[in-house]
Amino acid sequence: MSTILKIDKVEKYYGSKSSLTKALDNLSFEVENKEFVAIMGASGSGKTTLLNCISTIDKVTSGHIFVGGEDITRLKGKSLNKFRREKLGFIFQDFNLLDTLTAYENISLALSIQNIGAKEIEKRVNDIANKLGIKDVLNKYPYQMSGGQKQRVAASRAIITNPQIVLADEPTGSLDSKSSRMLLESFDYLNEKLNTTILMVTHDSFCASYASRVIFIKDGKVFNELIKGNSSRKDFFDKIIDVVTLLGGEENDNY
Amino acid sequence: MTTIKLSSRNIKKSFKDYAIYFFTLILGVAIFYVFNSIESQTVLLDVTSSTYEVIDLMTNMLSGASGFVAFILGFLIIYASRFLIKRRNKEFGIYMLLGMSKRKISMILFFETILIGIISLAVGLGLGILLSQLMSMLVANMFEADMTKYEFIFSSKACIKTILYFGIMYVIVMLFNTINVGKCKLIDLIQTNKKSETVKMKNPVLCTIVFIISIIALGYAYYMVTGGINETIKTPEDIFKPIIIGAISTFFIFWSLSGLILKAVMSMKNLYVKGLNTFTFRQLSSKINTTVFSMTIISLMLFVTICILSSSLSLKNSMTANLDELAPADIQLTISVKDDEWLEQGYNEKQIENSKLGVKKTLEAFDFNIDNYFKEYVEYNSYRIDDLTFADSLGDNLEYVKNNITSMIPYNMPEEIIKLSDYNKIAKIYNNEEYTLNQDEYMIIADYDSMIAIRNIALESNQELTIFGHKLKPKYNECKDGFIEMAGNHINSGVIIVPDEIVDEQYLAFNSIIGNYYTNSLEEQRKIQEQLINLINNPLSVEYSLPNINSRVDISEASIGLGALVTFLGLYLGIVFLIASVAILALKELTESTDNKERYKMLRKLGADEKMINKSLFRQIAIFFIFPLLIAIIHSIFGITFCSYIISTFGNEQLLPSIIMTAIFIVIIYGGYFLITYLCSKNIIKEK
Repeated sequence: MSTILKIDKVEKYYGSKSSLTKALDNLSFEVENKEFVAIMGASGSGKTTLLNCISTIDKVTSGHIFVGGEDITRLKGKSLNKFRREKLGFIFQDFNLLDTLTAYENISLALSIQNIGAKEIEKRVNDIANKLGIKDVLNKYPYQMSGGQKQRVAASRAIITNPQIVLADEPTGSLDSKSSRMLLESFDYLNEKLNTTILMVTHDSFCASYASRVIFIKDGKVFNELIKGNSSRKDFFDKIIDVVTLLGGEENDNY
Repeated sequence: MTTIKLSSRNIKKSFKDYAIYFFTLILGVAIFYVFNSIESQTVLLDVTSSTYEVIDLMTNMLSGASGFVAFILGFLIIYASRFLIKRRNKEFGIYMLLGMSKRKISMILFFETILIGIISLAVGLGLGILLSQLMSMLVANMFEADMTKYEFIFSSKACIKTILYFGIMYVIVMLFNTINVGKCKLIDLIQTNKKSETVKMKNPVLCTIVFIISIIALGYAYYMVTGGINETIKTPEDIFKPIIIGAISTFFIFWSLSGLILKAVMSMKNLYVKGLNTFTFRQLSSKINTTVFSMTIISLMLFVTICILSSSLSLKNSMTANLDELAPADIQLTISVKDDEWLEQGYNEKQIENSKLGVKKTLEAFDFNIDNYFKEYVEYNSYRIDDLTFADSLGDNLEYVKNNITSMIPYNMPEEIIKLSDYNKIAKIYNNEEYTLNQDEYMIIADYDSMIAIRNIALESNQELTIFGHKLKPKYNECKDGFIEMAGNHINSGVIIVPDEIVDEQYLAFNSIIGNYYTNSLEEQRKIQEQLINLINNPLSVEYSLPNINSRVDISEASIGLGALVTFLGLYLGIVFLIASVAILALKELTESTDNKERYKMLRKLGADEKMINKSLFRQIAIFFIFPLLIAIIHSIFGITFCSYIISTFGNEQLLPSIIMTAIFIVIIYGGYFLITYLCSKNIIKEK
């Protein structure tokens, strides 16, 4: 298996010199192709900052991030747009669908930006909609859909371009437990059947238990790592809970 | 999906939410067209050539004002589009994250602007062409002309101008948009609404201090333009002082009040916790807190609107109302007696010699016999002595007047002097009061209020004058009302009347005839006047000095024309200012409602019924609209007082009706916008 994402000694500082916050502190890890990685951590641990840096929404202070061998911290202008367009899929906590467009148009926008023909677009959108069970909402506008449907539309938009990696920022954060489970099943499907590499940030242990590997971050550093291996989801969930308790326990000591 | 399709979708969406903005754009285009097309509407009118001159002047001024109007509307469009774009940050963030280039995002905005531009121009021009048909009736009415025939008028010149001006505005908007998009960072776009709103409570002590200082400063500015006008405003540039002080203190009043009002209401516990008041006041204070600057601008623009509208309307009224009083005779012909200094002005010796002939003899030389045309006439002379100037007639009071009233008038102008018997002849034909004088007495007639005030100071102190070597004392301790030269308004700054016996003919300055024609027909009067004007083409005119013509027809046409000019100019600027400022208010309120949808949803969940919510919404919008208007009205009370002082030559007796007219205007436009805003907001926060 090849490495699809390599985080190499990444640092990210916020604020001025007098009050410096280290959001990411010399962080390094790798994600293999076809992996489903969850990143966990308490609020303020730096997990969203990390995701923003990988998705080129934010810029690192030092260090490098390689996606498919390409150093994305050095991308600019056209090649940056090309990277976002072709190699990256992004799913937000609050969906970020365009409410002027229907579900179909929201999904197809990602393709039409790449100048892909209408026929091909139609084929691919219908295909992915079938797989994620949103076929009958394709002609609806975002305000006519439920939260779960919206997030699956957003997921479709993220993966329709066959990106090298899909980044998800608290994707279940705005969903109820049933919708969450359906979305996570979809992620599982994407990962298993379509071989999509997924990097998901979450603070929810149940959500993380769907991943094949969980990386725990604390104060901008890797704190722990769990690999699912052949254990059942239930066992993996228990293991995660243990680490979270450990993390939380330590955190509680601070107060 | 193409860029154009995305753009049109976005516009369709915004049409629903910001209908009021598009409506304002359309209105702006329509008004721009209507006022620029006035010229072509006057073509059909049956008016005289001198009216055409006034129309020409009016067209030029309106077209000059159009530049200014374009600036105001351009400001509105740029402000509104920046404002609307800021609200779309997230949308642009998504585009960028999906890999769209900034160039392409700019293209989307570019198409949006073009679409909005084309739609608003097309609809606006259509509306403008319709409105201009109504306008032509108003134009005909203003110039007191009969509409010879009705015809559908389309001014291609105005149309092209409108398209050109608005085209330029939209191009500037496009540039602004492109620059804005180029500057934005993805992280800021994505995280726009994650930034929590910081609620800054201003320090109440500081607010109170600032408030008090601003009120004092504003009070001083008010004093400068009313009570203390003569001490503070000595040169025309001084007028900027109270304006700047007023503008700055307005800003700080808004700044401090926004902090104080909430504090004050919060301290009234019973009021504050009643119903949704807590919510309403919190909403309001955050709104006003973040919009202090635009509130100031809006308030000042409203102030200018009120002043322009009411002053121009009253100017128009007084200009046309006083005609019978100011031009009581049909015609006045005057020849000024010229001396050798006139050689330099291009007069020849023969003309200078003949200038002493007087009006009657001069006209007879051209075979124009006055008796054939005038059923009655009077002839009079007036005199000037170089060493009797306005300053001299003030005597010892000159210093006092210069220091305490004004230093802006020309004090070294020679006074005009007239014989008592001549004046009484004039008074008789004008139907004014006749006077008597003793051998050692003089009197002054004037009708220009501010000059009367100055002259009365000297007359009250019994100022003696030496005229033609005789010492004279004033008969009255004030100026008497009257004039010798007909004019469109009260501009006689003073003529000295002296006993006949003392006059020295060598100081003769003017010989005049005032007459009434046999005919009452304006048409025929005009023909006779044409004959007099055409004397200049007579070969004999190289030997004679021709009389100046001052006639009632001319004065009335000039008054009507000028009246129309100020009315149209006032309406044009007033309406544009009004819609520009109220559109900003409405737009702010509507976006506010869109942003606060969730809050209202929560209120509903807490059990607030629709009536309560609508009441809260109504109050928020009402206070938000009334606050700047209230301050503008207070400003205007002083502003109008000042304006009416400036235009007092035209008489200010007509002030009240024009203020009522202005109020009606404001109530209709401002109230209309308010109502639409409330209804749209109600619709926005309604649960679907």
